[in-house]
Amino acid sequence: MGMSTESQFHVLAVDDSIIDRKLIERLLKTSSYQVTTVDSGTKALEFLGLHEDDESNPETPSVSPNNHQEVEVNLIITDYCMPGMTGYDLLRKIKESSSLRDIPVVIMSSENVPSRISRCLEEGAEEFFLKPVRLSDVNRLRPHMMKTKLKDPKQENEENKEESGKPESRSQEEKEEQQQHHQQQQLHHLPQQQHSNSNKRKALEEGLSPDRTRPRYNGLTTVV
Amino acid sequence: MDVMSQLQRQWLEHSAFLRKEGYLDDQFEQLQKLQDESSPDFVIEVVSIFFDDSEKLLSNMARALEQKVVDFKQVDAHVHQFKGSSASIGAMRVKNVCIEFRNYCEAQNLEECLRCTRKLQFEYSVLKNQLEYLFRLEQQIRAAGG
Repeated sequence: MGMSTESQFHVLAVDDSIIDRKLIERLLKTSSYQVTTVDSGTKALEFLGLHEDDESNPETPSVSPNNHQEVEVNLIITDYCMPGMTGYDLLRKIKESSSLRDIPVVIMSSENVPSRISRCLEEGAEEFFLKPVRLSDVNRLRPHMMKTKLKDPKQENEENKEESGKPESRSQEEKEEQQQHHQQQQLHHLPQQQHSNSNKRKALEEGLSPDRTRPRYNGLTTVV
Repeated sequence: MDVMSQLQRQWLEHSAFLRKEGYLDDQFEQLQKLQDESSPDFVIEVVSIFFDDSEKLLSNMARALEQKVVDFKQVDAHVHQFKGSSASIGAMRVKNVCIEFRNYCEAQNLEECLRCTRKLQFEYSVLKNQLEYLFRLEQQIRAAGG
């Protein structure tokens, strides 16, 4: 499955909240991604090598004549509600840029507003995550990043099947198993017992919560 | 029961208590899951940032409400931020007060907004004490465990 390529994926996270930046950074690092966090859309565009009046300014030091970004970014995840440039504004600017439009963009928001969600998806966002973002959300990012790497279509289809095959609802048996894990996990969270790595990893893999009632949105869903 | 087991039991009981009483929700557990050898102080780090951020927000809120002409949109912006950060760490009670508070901001009801500020201050203080106790236990456990 080419797991070794994971460490090469670089995600740019944009959020004006320092706590959420810390959280998303940890979530992404836990998933073995390289992370850069910025606190505004403007800084994000700067990092990506795109400036407001880029096209006509040959003297901008960080942009090569071909408008290539300095650092490769495989995915951008941004908060929606930010002062100044919103996540939506940022999304639009990225999709309007010939050099950046192929980078997958994911939007996060603490508010569940269907019209907001559909607007973002229509503008080209790959996914829309409701905050607080969880590991199970971050697990959905990989296929989008895989698409940007050169690979044969067949392998890509297989991976997409794997990801979308994960059931959102959990069977009763699995729920019970998770209850038991919950008990074990409590002990393993205690600072002294750091050897519980294998259980923790298993817990991470079972990060999908059984009682998730919030809607999941991705590019395949048409939201009215 | 040796000291370690006693401390661990206290930690478990206090954690369960905080969940049961609604001080903390699922999200706090999500934070704990993200803590491991590579990031052994993650929870404390995030919560410390939360404490600093919260105190700033509470003082901004209070100041905004003291103005001769209250800018409710500004107050709401602070509350919205506080709601977000409390949700991010799993501070359920604090978050719920924020939700209530925002309704009063929208209604531009000064008296209720002031009441909410007091309530928020209270819930936040209680939560802070509870979490600091939990972290102290963790420190003791680490010390006992070597």
